[in-house]
Amino acid sequence: MTETVTSGGPPDQNPAESTTPGLAPETFAPAQAPSPEQPSEEVEFVQLLTPEGERVEHPDYSFDLDDDAIKGFYRDMVMVRRIDTEATALQRQGELGIWASLLGQEAAQIGSGRALNERDMVFPTYREHGVAWCQGVDPLNLLGLFRGVDQGAWDPRDNNFHLYTIVIGAQTLHATGYAMGQQRDGVIGDPENGEATIAYFGDGASSQGDVNEAFIYASVFNAPVVFFCQNNQWAISEPIDRQTRIPLYQRAAGFGFPGVRVDGNDVLATYAVTQAALRRAREGSGPTLVEAYTYRMGAHTTSDDPTKYRLTEELEHWKLKDPIERVKAYLIRTGASDNDFFDSVEQEADGIAANLRQGCLSMPDPELTEMFDRVYVEQTPQLVQQKQDFAAYAASFSVGAEGSH
Amino acid sequence: MTKISLGKGINLGLRRAMENDPKVLVMGEDIGKLGGVFRVTDGLQKDFGEDRVIDTPLAESGIVGTAVGLALRGYRPVCEIQFDGFVFPAYDQIINQVAKMHFRSMGKLRMPIVIRIPFGGGIGAVEHHSESPEALFAHVAGLKVVSCGDPVDAYWMIQQAIASDDPVIFFEPKRRYHEKAELDETAETAPAPLHQAAVRREGTDATLFCYGPMVKTCLQAAEAALEDGHSLEVVDLRTISPLDLPTIFASVKKTRRAVVVHEAPLSLGPAAELAARVTEECFYHLEAPVLRVAGFDTPYPPSRVEEEYLPDLDRVLDGVDKVMGY
Repeated sequence: MTETVTSGGPPDQNPAESTTPGLAPETFAPAQAPSPEQPSEEVEFVQLLTPEGERVEHPDYSFDLDDDAIKGFYRDMVMVRRIDTEATALQRQGELGIWASLLGQEAAQIGSGRALNERDMVFPTYREHGVAWCQGVDPLNLLGLFRGVDQGAWDPRDNNFHLYTIVIGAQTLHATGYAMGQQRDGVIGDPENGEATIAYFGDGASSQGDVNEAFIYASVFNAPVVFFCQNNQWAISEPIDRQTRIPLYQRAAGFGFPGVRVDGNDVLATYAVTQAALRRAREGSGPTLVEAYTYRMGAHTTSDDPTKYRLTEELEHWKLKDPIERVKAYLIRTGASDNDFFDSVEQEADGIAANLRQGCLSMPDPELTEMFDRVYVEQTPQLVQQKQDFAAYAASFSVGAEGSH
Repeated sequence: MTKISLGKGINLGLRRAMENDPKVLVMGEDIGKLGGVFRVTDGLQKDFGEDRVIDTPLAESGIVGTAVGLALRGYRPVCEIQFDGFVFPAYDQIINQVAKMHFRSMGKLRMPIVIRIPFGGGIGAVEHHSESPEALFAHVAGLKVVSCGDPVDAYWMIQQAIASDDPVIFFEPKRRYHEKAELDETAETAPAPLHQAAVRREGTDATLFCYGPMVKTCLQAAEAALEDGHSLEVVDLRTISPLDLPTIFASVKKTRRAVVVHEAPLSLGPAAELAARVTEECFYHLEAPVLRVAGFDTPYPPSRVEEEYLPDLDRVLDGVDKVMGY
């Protein structure tokens, strides 16, 4: 399936033409930033649900679940968008130091997250709130990092969802190593009941050495890992063509494994493509790179100001491809859902948001004295001493303390 | 008793750790059929297979980054970095990921990873093959840093490092790989805990603190100092982070003078930390300031002049003369 993309993507051009030595210097100028005014480029990706909410077929990928599953995806996406909206509001009100919004990437995250089985392992970036939702991580736990009360409060083993990783790309190597462990544990070989690992990262991280090393390790060891790249077109202020001159999914070929681009705003296609990649990993056929072609509709984080580097028209264009609206259009068109369903989902989302807000406001600040005990498994005498000294110093401020400050 | 080299001690220690725990993996560049460029892993792949003795692609961040994932899966990876100067591509993974994982996970996750680094100069190598970067790791919360100075320690300390649930940076004195000593392979327990210093030679006039390749140098210096009428104590620190402060303080309170010796550059090195600690704890016992004999604050020089750069017997004795002069 092809779709005309009028903005955001790199031109699918032959890079050799512009990098041949000996050409005039201006030939080496950076590619033009994407702009809605640019001529349309044909961008191929797997799509099963159009932005208008029409089901379409693809020769290689099909969506086998029923409308109840699609309603479930709709509910998931509404919930995580509501959680995201609430978290952004909490940041604006000073309750979070920062928030990394997933606005616009709901389908990429829910589609891929729902394709996981209960044994698959997830290595996220810091924006995978939707995948966390699919894995059953309490949304409140996600806020701790951004509120500054912890650096990851959930146990990754409870939900097979590793801690958020801030240094971009580092987690792709962790995922690859974890997958090498799955290989050694002998849990590979069955596409349904085997285990796989999925590593999330973005278009910006695709430039990192760690991501490229992860591709190499996964390839040569045939590790059961799915590299799930959400190409949201922007790495803070840098457009995708500052990261690559070819479509990202095509890089996989150079590493020796398949790459596929999916409409990341299409939850059905993302589900189907990710499931196929996971099955391939679980059965022992090795890694796959999935490029979910999507768009960061919000700022990079609440500290960012996208108006300084991109045009409103671009955002307006992508709003027409909204991942939630197209599912709603499908459910209405087919009569699979009525207004009661949509109302009930909205009500549930509001309830979750209210609970999230209440939970956030009542999060206690951590005690610095607790920090000394978890630097090492086997505590050092030096840290014991520092903890004691700090406790004594802190106590000297309390009322009635002898020689208090 | 068997006479073994320091390199063989590590080899035997790795072998024993792998025999005792099927979760122990060894990974690095050229460590399989070749047995590593220093042959430290010689024969391990033949006996334990390619899944446990992993020849990795030539990418150090990949070695440590995948070790993190393996550790999260329940394995105990031992990473070999081929030479000291090659560890830096992995520095981000070591500092940001390995060191902090236990802390940031509220103590839920553990990183039982050992990163073996042959370090130090004196082998006539080209650049990036002779460095002593231990301070760059010892400064980082969450890492433990040790160095073995003789074959028996090599055998036991590598096993203890592997058994540690904390990440350990394990510095191997590459120019001492061929030093030999008697090892009792039938012994069941290590002679000392991993994070404990050892008094290698008793003395009364001053203490030489050292580790890794400088242990032999300091022992030779102590022997030579007898001719000058100086009785020197030699303490092999063994653990750079955390330092074994009780052993250090006890020795200084006894001899009242201290010289700290390492190949690493002088400024902000491990000796500076040791000197500060001694000053804080042993101020009224000291007859002289704590002196440092170390590499210079230059990049490691071309090998034709490395003998001048490296602390040797004479420079150690010069330091001793200075502390005795107070």
